[in-house]
Amino acid sequence: MGYVLSNEGINKAFEALRKEYRIFAPVLKVGEGRFKDTDVIRYDFVDSYDEVEMDKRSDFSYKDIVTPLSESMFFFTEDQIREANFDASPVIVLMRACDINAVERLDQIFLANGEHNDYYYERRREVIKFALIGCGKTCEDGFCVDMGSNKAEDYVFSLDPKDGKVYVNVKEDDLDAAFADNSESSADVVPQFVTENEVHVERPEEVPLTLFKDEMWDEYSKRCINCGRCNFVCPTCSCFTIQDLFFTDNGKVGERRRVNASCMVDGYTDVAGGLVQRRSNGERMRFKVLHKVYDFRKIFGYDMCVGCGRCDTVCPEYISFSNCINKLNARVKELEG
Amino acid sequence: MTTRDINTKKFKKNAFRYSKVRGETASRVRCPGGEIDVESLQRVVDIAKKYGQGTVNITNRQGFEIPGISLDDIDAVNHALQTIIENRGVNQEEYNGGYPASGTRNVVACPGKKLCPFGCYDTKAFAQEIDKAIFPNDHHVKIAFTGCSNDCAHVRLNDFGIMGQTEPQYNRDRCVGCEQCVKYCKKRSVGALSVVNGKIVRDTNKCIGCGVCINYCPTRAWTRSKEEYFRVVLLGRTGKKNPRLAEDFLKWADHDSIKKMIVNVYAYLDEYLDKAAVESKEHIGYIVDRTGFEEFLKYIMKGVELGPKCEMQGRLYWGGKRYDQTNELKKSMFRFSEREE
Repeated sequence: MGYVLSNEGINKAFEALRKEYRIFAPVLKVGEGRFKDTDVIRYDFVDSYDEVEMDKRSDFSYKDIVTPLSESMFFFTEDQIREANFDASPVIVLMRACDINAVERLDQIFLANGEHNDYYYERRREVIKFALIGCGKTCEDGFCVDMGSNKAEDYVFSLDPKDGKVYVNVKEDDLDAAFADNSESSADVVPQFVTENEVHVERPEEVPLTLFKDEMWDEYSKRCINCGRCNFVCPTCSCFTIQDLFFTDNGKVGERRRVNASCMVDGYTDVAGGLVQRRSNGERMRFKVLHKVYDFRKIFGYDMCVGCGRCDTVCPEYISFSNCINKLNARVKELEG
Repeated sequence: MTTRDINTKKFKKNAFRYSKVRGETASRVRCPGGEIDVESLQRVVDIAKKYGQGTVNITNRQGFEIPGISLDDIDAVNHALQTIIENRGVNQEEYNGGYPASGTRNVVACPGKKLCPFGCYDTKAFAQEIDKAIFPNDHHVKIAFTGCSNDCAHVRLNDFGIMGQTEPQYNRDRCVGCEQCVKYCKKRSVGALSVVNGKIVRDTNKCIGCGVCINYCPTRAWTRSKEEYFRVVLLGRTGKKNPRLAEDFLKWADHDSIKKMIVNVYAYLDEYLDKAAVESKEHIGYIVDRTGFEEFLKYIMKGVELGPKCEMQGRLYWGGKRYDQTNELKKSMFRFSEREE
């Protein structure tokens, strides 16, 4: 059902939802940017609609709710293991179409990639539902249309703010009352999706093996500072690493933790014996780019990148991922031709 | 050629320089915080064209100096300076009278937070606020503001050097242990960070609050403190007798305390400046050598209430070259060999 809500109404609807759900949404964190007086938009739990950043795409993705940056898995003593506490109460996550498409990629990696599901991902994934934030216009750097991730249907309700009102399309019957009870009127609501981006990408169908050592990656060895911001903001990056640590006051007890990892950051390809598989930043860039727009497709049939453009926006060295895809495409054509 | 009978003390106080070329002077344009609007800049150009010789010196203290002006044109130049003085918000005593003093030097500032990625506060705004509070004044006082511990503004060569600090805030839950903060703190700063069990430990004593860790953190685990803090360094100087770098007096100090301390120093100078000093001018440090640091503190700390985080150095000692004691290089004990003699 579709509804039109005033600002007061939508806040009341959130209040009603909060009785059963936690709400995880993009929030403007004032002063938490890199530089003095700069902000960052990242996800956090909210109580009201007014706390949600509805205008701009978030700098960091929804990903914290399913793959936290840092998560205690379990604690151990000499002969016992105890799982870390986990809040299993249901969560509604407010996301844009690109991010809802990104969850499909994470599901693929954690739940449909081999014999065993990832237990820690699965238990978090099971308690979340998606709510769609409509996109009236393209965000900076986004190229979701060309990646086919500008639309999403898998959501429980949608939110489209327009002229001081919020247009809501509720798909899940259980949630209908929260909006119906606080609405000004019913209406046919179709959430907004971006149909045109400023940025366009063309991806190569096939990539020749010679590209592995191609000179096109050399510029990134010089430009990239391997900070990994592109990975940490990416809604589809799923890599993590494990930290086993022993408490300093009693070395016999400790904790296993898992933390997000980045294929751009030092240490990612270190192996026992001291070998480092990808030493130069150009090699790391090659791995990342091909993984996002080629390798993943070879295994699962569709590209991993959803074109949200966050990696472009966040890069301190002004390296454009989308432009790299286009450079890749041009280089492949050149090599073929 | 008419006979010149000109009071040099008067035009020097009026921010015109004594020139080696007889009959000439140079106009010194005050730009608090090293900032100038384009209208004023154009006016500098116009004055240099009309009254000067078509060149402008950029001064070490971020002002302009227009050389080659005839001593006869001082009044005309003062009229032309009026727009600049108003645009720059510099206190004045007489309309069209030019600058009312030159003793307290232009207040210097690096670009600060408006431009620089490492800037911890608005250096120019603070410099301009201080200029408003202390100018005009004949006492020879040098003040400079720099946005971070890098000290691009060379504040350690000033009587009051103010350096921005931020207190890094650590969100453990957002830290993935990539160790970039540790690496960059070591390479670009003091190496105050270490890793313990995958998380970062900050040596709060070693940390200088430069914010490098915050700039390099890719996950926003490190963020800036809401509060702005400052390191205050005192009584640095250049000069012929004993040039020296300013020494640390306060760290994690607050804006209001700094403003009070700077304003307070003038009463100390009124009291203790050597009445026989050449041109009524001596670096504050030499006065402090006579009165003792405690007496200086008594004056500048009047009404100052430092915040709970602020750390103070009780007594300061300065180093630097003592030309008044020795200027010996040839017979120095630090020579490499006899051959060099």
